[in-house]
Amino acid sequence: MGSSMTRGDIENLATDFYGLLESFKHAPLYHISFEIFLVLAVIWLVVFRKPRPIEKKLTEKEKQDLIDEWQPEPLVPSVDPNHPALNVRVLDGIVGKTVEIDGKKSLNFATFNFLNFVGNQRIADKAIQAVQKYGVGSCGPRGFYGTIDIHLELEERLARFFQCEEGIIYSYGFSTIASIIPAYSKRNDILFVDEGVHYAIQKGVEASRSHVKWFRHNDINDLERLLAEQEVLDKKIPKKARSIRRFLIIEGLYVNYGDICPLPRMVELKYKYKYRIFMDESVSFGTIGQAGRGVTEYYGIDRQKIDLISSTLEYAAGSIGGFAVGSSFVVDHQRLSAQGYCFSASLPPLLAAAAIEALNIMEEDNTLLFETIMEKSKRLHKKLLSIKGYIISGDEISPLKHIRLTHAFNTIGRLEEIVQFAQTRDITITVARYLNDEHLLPEPSIRLILNVEMTDEELEFLCAVLQEALVKVTT
Amino acid sequence: MIDTNVLTVSENMKIDKNNYKYNTTNILNHEDDLQCEEFEETPLYAAVLTYIGYAILCLFGWLRDFMRQSNIEKKRGAIDPNASLDFVPLYQSYESFYTRNMYTRVRDIFNRPITSVPGPQFELAERVSDDYNWTYRFTGKTISAINLGSYNYLGFAERTGSCATDAIDAIKSYGIATCSTNSEIGTQFYHVELEQLLAKFLGVESCIAFGMGFATNALNLPVLASKGDLILSDELNHCSLILGIRLSGACYQTYAHNDINDLEKKLRVAIVQGHPRTNRPWKKIIIVVEGVYSMEGSICRLPQLIELKKKYKAYLYMDEAHSIGAMGKSGRGIVDYFNLNTDDVDILMGTFTKSFGSAGGYIAGKKSLIDHIRVNSHANTYASSMSAPIVQQIISSLHVLNCPEGKNRISQLADNTRYFRQKLMNMGFIVYGNKNSPVVPMLLYLPARVTRFNREMLRRGIAVVTVGFPATKLLESRVRFCISAAHTRQMLDTTLAAIDEVGTELSLRYSTRYQHRRLKDI
Repeated sequence: MGSSMTRGDIENLATDFYGLLESFKHAPLYHISFEIFLVLAVIWLVVFRKPRPIEKKLTEKEKQDLIDEWQPEPLVPSVDPNHPALNVRVLDGIVGKTVEIDGKKSLNFATFNFLNFVGNQRIADKAIQAVQKYGVGSCGPRGFYGTIDIHLELEERLARFFQCEEGIIYSYGFSTIASIIPAYSKRNDILFVDEGVHYAIQKGVEASRSHVKWFRHNDINDLERLLAEQEVLDKKIPKKARSIRRFLIIEGLYVNYGDICPLPRMVELKYKYKYRIFMDESVSFGTIGQAGRGVTEYYGIDRQKIDLISSTLEYAAGSIGGFAVGSSFVVDHQRLSAQGYCFSASLPPLLAAAAIEALNIMEEDNTLLFETIMEKSKRLHKKLLSIKGYIISGDEISPLKHIRLTHAFNTIGRLEEIVQFAQTRDITITVARYLNDEHLLPEPSIRLILNVEMTDEELEFLCAVLQEALVKVTT
Repeated sequence: MIDTNVLTVSENMKIDKNNYKYNTTNILNHEDDLQCEEFEETPLYAAVLTYIGYAILCLFGWLRDFMRQSNIEKKRGAIDPNASLDFVPLYQSYESFYTRNMYTRVRDIFNRPITSVPGPQFELAERVSDDYNWTYRFTGKTISAINLGSYNYLGFAERTGSCATDAIDAIKSYGIATCSTNSEIGTQFYHVELEQLLAKFLGVESCIAFGMGFATNALNLPVLASKGDLILSDELNHCSLILGIRLSGACYQTYAHNDINDLEKKLRVAIVQGHPRTNRPWKKIIIVVEGVYSMEGSICRLPQLIELKKKYKAYLYMDEAHSIGAMGKSGRGIVDYFNLNTDDVDILMGTFTKSFGSAGGYIAGKKSLIDHIRVNSHANTYASSMSAPIVQQIISSLHVLNCPEGKNRISQLADNTRYFRQKLMNMGFIVYGNKNSPVVPMLLYLPARVTRFNREMLRRGIAVVTVGFPATKLLESRVRFCISAAHTRQMLDTTLAAIDEVGTELSLRYSTRYQHRRLKDI
């Protein structure tokens, strides 16, 4: 087609362009600089400027409106008035081998009174003497004139009983292990904890803010797996790993399951993977072992290999409070860093006196008491196994057993019916109570506890009643 | 804005470290001002000397650590049985620097064992150390001393009398322990009686008791607060409250001690902004305070707090560990002291250790609150129920408080408190706190003076409690006297004479507001 633009057009364009350039030369300076500024501004806007968020600046009136509108939740949610905790059985008199409820006496298989020290005359006499010498309360924490010579005596006796260097006592069983764990294990440390530990240990682990590695209940292979994984991680950061402390937290005899931990293998692994063992022997103190010294005695392991053994005076010893024993190096640290020890009033002296007398009885008897309770536990276990329809959980020498119905049937409602039926037949048992925020909520169960003074006939009677109850519930 | 400081600022007005304006001219005449408190500022020379003191201690500490490290000096203290086996050390050496080098030097002033009832006068077991406080041995002798350290406000620490006899009867009828939890099979009639009696005494709907005061806070705050709540706690709250707040999982902020303006500011910001990251509104806000603060001697500003909480729809938790029994015309605590309504405080908490001569703690409030706690509390479900003689002691002391003898004790305590505080201030010592609080902290500042004071007072037959860092701020080491209703005027006079003597020897009269005078000149 050829060029659509004639020569004349091109000349016109050139003239126009030339004119444009000429006009630039003649334009005032401010006009040019303004134009250049506008061009630069456009470039900057397009390329560089990020969108700025709109700032929320509230006026005083808006703030006041927000404050007036805000409605908090009620302080507590409403509670079911039929909850078992609000409808407990109220007892009267001494809660020993028999209890009195509503004027009727019944056999007691529900309280942790393993050695039947509740109501023991010798212990009561010693406690009365302590009241006549020291009064009731101790009126202060250990650091400020709350240390009474009877506390020092009890600590020494406990250490001697366990053949350890030093002991330390606390005024409340729950707070013992819950204060001990945070005293040693801090934010950067690692805790290997059995999943089935009881609530106080879970709270102690939570309060310590350490890294927690839960392993399946009593599963030593799972523990080894976790330890091996940690070793691999350690090799990557060798310098930091030198300052991370490791602890194994276990129970000697588990309150929630009734079984004994595989301690020998755990001690072996301790020296291989370099962790320290803190063992809670609340139930096994005074019930397992030839002289009642717990799981270490049962397995024949040297107690010096366990870094700290904590326990309670509220079960076998029939008093109130808790304690820990171990080497001086480990135990002494708690005197300045365990919160439940430093910032709380000390144990009332009469309870310490009761505990000392309980230890006296345990040491005098030496082996008879403990042989008897282990023997009776085995017999009870055999008898319970013979009742069809119950699943018995717990070691055969454990004086604490959990009874469940077969899987489909096992609900709290049915277990409560069994408990109520047993109460009508003058046997007191209880469903084990837990809070819903446990790490691993155990299956509902009835917790049976053996009192060393129970005779064979009474054990037979218990089994007969349980058998009857089973029939009543499943029909 | 609520302004507690309603008096206009003038030349006579000074502001002390808690932002409380006070009138210097007629401070002694504030009879009807229940909130009259003083916290005199640290004098400059005392602050400088204290820092120098700690610096010297640190230097010596490093020197001794170095000598121990290079085996010039023998290492004392226990040795790790696993030391040679390549375990990670259980304690970092810098964490225990303070323990090794400062605490151990003066360890003999703490943890002194007693061998008698912790009444107004008691017996201390004499112990000596042959190796600079690393180990002790008991000589077998006892030292008789006036007791200004135990928490015995109403004098119920007695080994004879109706309370002790009742406790002995309780042991005979009920034994020592129940070995079971409250929610299973551990509830006895005396637990129910205690809770009803206490609820009547406090004037609340319902109440629940636990075996340990520390655990009452630590295990029940998680039941009341949870994730999504905000807790505003006073900066000087007890560590049991702080542990409970941490375990609850709620967010928490601290506000300046007893400073209502700061609290209001924080409340407004909290409600307007909500959660700092997500901006969601808070589910509820709880203000946690103590009735009487045990290290400062101050009383919480309850009237202003109640006004504030009603205005902003927050909830109030008051820990009356030191004030129940000790404050108020009938010993009913801070609510009684200010003549307010118990319904205005949502959650009342207290302990039985201090004024009732027993052990344990309680929470009181509306029935719905207590039922919720009963169902969900960690202590109710897992901890053993209280022991019979302990409960009986509380019941007996409550009965005593309701009769004239109890009223005598309460007024005797109030008299003793005012007398003691007045004399101390008139002598020119710096004393913190409210003029009615039975906790009397007197400032000593220098670490060396703290320990010397303690030992000199014991030499004169008076047992006191001195506290320093880390229980208090670094500069503000103090001696804390706990007055009891059982102290006679003569005991107080003996104590004041001793303080006068030791105070002159050690130059402890720091006050710039009051004249420095000897006791005989007052």
